Amino acid sequence: MRAGRKLGALLVGIIAIAIAIAAAASAQTKATTITIESWRTDDQSIWDTKIIPAFEKSHPDIKVKFAPTAPTEYNAALSARLKGGTAGDVVSCRPFDESLKLYQEGYLASLNGLSGLSNFGSVAKSAWITDDAKTTFCVPMASVIHGFIYNKDAFKKVGIAVPKTEAQFWAALAKIKKDGSYTPLALGTHDQWEAATMGFQNIGPNYWKGEAGRLALIAGTAKLTDKPYLNTFKSLAKWRPYLPKGASSVQYADAQNLFTSGRAAIYPAGSWEIAGFTAKAKFKMGAFKPPLPAGQKTCYISDHTDIAMGLNAHSKNATAAKTFLTWVASPEFGSLYANALPGFFSLQTKPVSLKDPLAKTFVSWRGQCKSTIRNSYQILSRGNPNLENELWATSAGVLNGTMTPAQATSRLQKGLNKWYHPKKK
Amino acid sequence: MTLPETTIEKELRTTESEQLDPLGSAANRRRTFRPRVRRFPWHRLVFIVPAFVIYTTFMVYPLLDSLRLSMFSDAGNFVGLDNFRTLFGDSTYSHAFWNALKHNVVFFLFHSLVQNPIALLLALLLTVQGVRGQAVYRTLIFVPTVLSVVVIGFIWSHILSPLWGIVDTPYLGQSSTALPTLSLMSVWQWVGIPMIFFYAVLIAIPHDIIEAAKVDGAGALRVFRSVTLPLILPMLGVITIVTFIANFNAFDLIYTVQGALAGPEFSSDILGTFFYRTAFGFQLQSGSDAMGATVATAMFLIILFGVLVYMFGWARRVQTYEM
Amino acid sequence: MSIAVDRPLPDRPRRAPFQWSHVGVHGVLILYTCIALAPVLLIISNSLKPANAIFAHPFSVPWKGNFDFVGYKTVADIGHFEIYFKNSIIVTVATVFLVMTLSAMAAYALSEYRFMGNTLLAIFFAIGIMIPIRLGTVSILRLTKDMGLLSGDRGIGWIFGPTYGPLAALVFVYTAMGIPLGIFLMTQFMKQVPSDLKNAARVDGAGEYRVFSLTLPLVRPGLAAVAVFTMLPVWNDLWFPLLLAPKEGSRTVTLGAQQFLGQYASDWNSALAALTLAMLPVMALYIVFSRQFLGGLTKGAID
Repeated sequence: MRAGRKLGALLVGIIAIAIAIAAAASAQTKATTITIESWRTDDQSIWDTKIIPAFEKSHPDIKVKFAPTAPTEYNAALSARLKGGTAGDVVSCRPFDESLKLYQEGYLASLNGLSGLSNFGSVAKSAWITDDAKTTFCVPMASVIHGFIYNKDAFKKVGIAVPKTEAQFWAALAKIKKDGSYTPLALGTHDQWEAATMGFQNIGPNYWKGEAGRLALIAGTAKLTDKPYLNTFKSLAKWRPYLPKGASSVQYADAQNLFTSGRAAIYPAGSWEIAGFTAKAKFKMGAFKPPLPAGQKTCYISDHTDIAMGLNAHSKNATAAKTFLTWVASPEFGSLYANALPGFFSLQTKPVSLKDPLAKTFVSWRGQCKSTIRNSYQILSRGNPNLENELWATSAGVLNGTMTPAQATSRLQKGLNKWYHPKKK
Repeated sequence: MTLPETTIEKELRTTESEQLDPLGSAANRRRTFRPRVRRFPWHRLVFIVPAFVIYTTFMVYPLLDSLRLSMFSDAGNFVGLDNFRTLFGDSTYSHAFWNALKHNVVFFLFHSLVQNPIALLLALLLTVQGVRGQAVYRTLIFVPTVLSVVVIGFIWSHILSPLWGIVDTPYLGQSSTALPTLSLMSVWQWVGIPMIFFYAVLIAIPHDIIEAAKVDGAGALRVFRSVTLPLILPMLGVITIVTFIANFNAFDLIYTVQGALAGPEFSSDILGTFFYRTAFGFQLQSGSDAMGATVATAMFLIILFGVLVYMFGWARRVQTYEM
Repeated sequence: MSIAVDRPLPDRPRRAPFQWSHVGVHGVLILYTCIALAPVLLIISNSLKPANAIFAHPFSVPWKGNFDFVGYKTVADIGHFEIYFKNSIIVTVATVFLVMTLSAMAAYALSEYRFMGNTLLAIFFAIGIMIPIRLGTVSILRLTKDMGLLSGDRGIGWIFGPTYGPLAALVFVYTAMGIPLGIFLMTQFMKQVPSDLKNAARVDGAGEYRVFSLTLPLVRPGLAAVAVFTMLPVWNDLWFPLLLAPKEGSRTVTLGAQQFLGQYASDWNSALAALTLAMLPVMALYIVFSRQFLGGLTKGAID
């Protein structure tokens, strides 16, 4: 068989090359190299060109490698690597339970006593702390803020002002639709999370009064069938006529491109979009915070703790990794990161001065409104069904009109009742 | 590359005198050569051991090592069949499981009733005597199978998007249409594989048999029914069971296009995506090694059942002809 | 790329004269070829467009103002893609070679000899394809790490070195994944080999290894099917490269292309360009296999 012989020769060749390379792999230089696990494939070039050079300049004995994994595979791949003993030294932490579980299983080390942690307040640390608030296991890096990004040119052309109340918001949407040149709201429901994250969690804090409502849910003194949640869904349901054509199959990337190509007027957003949108859009953009419901004076925004960094408990380079994490907790890193990635806001107590105008708008709301985080993240997504994924399904259902607001809230509460029983006061 | 001139037809012709017409004669049943064994048949070990060692080390051991976890809790305590009780008794799990299983059956039906007949038709057309350009067709039709599922998902989502594409209905966004649409996408992607399998069998059928039938006055349809079909029947079984196994392990396409939640509202959830969510978690939901192994065991039993049905219900009854 | 394949063989046995029935045959084949190719052409055409056109005008032809080579340029610039391609080819070819050889041998033994546990062994060899392979991830990770394959500095891994150790781990895992179906399919094809042929060889004094080697040319279509079936999931797999070979020098093409797909911002130009290029080697392999094993059949070949 000639084919076999040919392939055989190829294999012999491959083995020969392998042996040659193995022999050639001589002694390597012994500067400590630490590897960072992350889901932020988007940030590779920022780390390679800005952040890592800055660190290595002040720490010549430590080399840093940023090795991100595709975001959809990150949790699964990281967990397999930690269990298999091949994970990197520094690990990017998702907020709350995903990281807490890694700490409890012994894969993340305690960071108590790390000097830089004093640069963060208790709210910043709350997403990466044990339930008894005694042990912090990740250094907070950034939060993201929800709001709406709009096409300034479109607003000018249609002749509308930035809406401050919900009534103005709906009037603006109606006017854009009537004008017909733009899709009023660039939002789809195909990937489900956008409906919950940029819809429900975006406008909801105004209804459930931010932290007060969030903590009441956890304490069990409020229910998801209560007025605030029903009204959030009712408000969300009004978006339906203004969504793009075939919204139920519009994916996240479709909505992004619909907006940045100048064909939509308003994009329900998270601040993480700023850098990408600024690079792509050829029109002027502005941002406004979630419009106030009728009769309300105080505004609430979602300023969500999103990303942090921890130490692999089995790292062989723990000392170097700790040195790096101390640097991550420093004001130098805070400013570097927040400015390299506008829209990812520093969580350090000392404010970081930002250069990007859109990012400045978003962060200015911190001074005008009360901040909260997404209400499904702490504790309430621990069981099955978990509140976060239930919110995805119900928010998408309400936006698509396949579910009424009342059906949505009763399903959410039913799901929670199944496993969550806070002690009644 | 030059090859010896002997044609396979010639080779077959040389054995023809001893070989009877394959149309159902009992004399043609497979005869197994039994060398009289006096000493230990080392060569059998030589044939089997390399495959056995690699397969056992890198597949059976890791899988059984993980499957074992279905009898333990995540904390590592032995719990017997408790996890299975959870899977079938806790409505959160059982509902998702039966839902995924039902979708898997639909997914499989699409493949066996759409993909495999198309593949057979294409393979038959590719082997029609004297039709030119068969290698070109064979190559071009195969192209979709080599694509990464990432681009397949991307391009079909575009084509089927009311926003950019050629349709007005959001096929991937409606509960009623998502699964059939994804099934057809998968059929589009994979049809080349059964086509090649059928093709490999069809080209091995000696022309003489078909010519003989034609001389006897059989039309094309009759030749297919009484000559070709019996000869490819074993392969039809092989393809069906391979399709079954592949479909019940399927994951990539639905995960890439619809995400791990296989939306909308789990209307495209199959066992593969259900297993992934259970074992590895998703977003804020943590994965569970124990429940993951439990779901995998259930999938294993379902597929094993299908394979046993094939082995004892089909393969033993269908005649394989030597050609 | 396929035209070369169809180069008419000089000694093709029969070339039938023009027949009207062939028009219908061509009609159906052309129709299906269009269904198969249209989306592929869309992928290629979009890989040649600027990013906003990919979304806004997916069906437009990349021409003049609408033409942009930026994706391919990015792939060439930041990439190391030549290394990724080399790695993918090494892993795929080595896996296909091992699966073909080992499955053919085992299938020969299973179909040729009746011995105790024959059926049991056949079932054992089928177990692997009935369990989702991702389940074994952590065990595979530990195993290949303990063998030194992932670091390439000790144990079996030392033979391969730090760059090729992880690739060897991939080859072993993929070979194990390919063997069950390989044996299953090859058994089916082995059964169709005339016993008289083998018996005649035995009467002539051929040993079992010789009889096996005489059988191989007769199961070439089967070997082709196995080769093709094995290479596709190997080439496009993302999961095991992600875990076993994530390091720069050991990455495969599919994993390399993944770097363009971010959490919020994806560089579709580059991703489409990289994945379009990734089609080519595997198509070439397909053409080689189908030529070697299926194409050659009309000429026949027996060593």
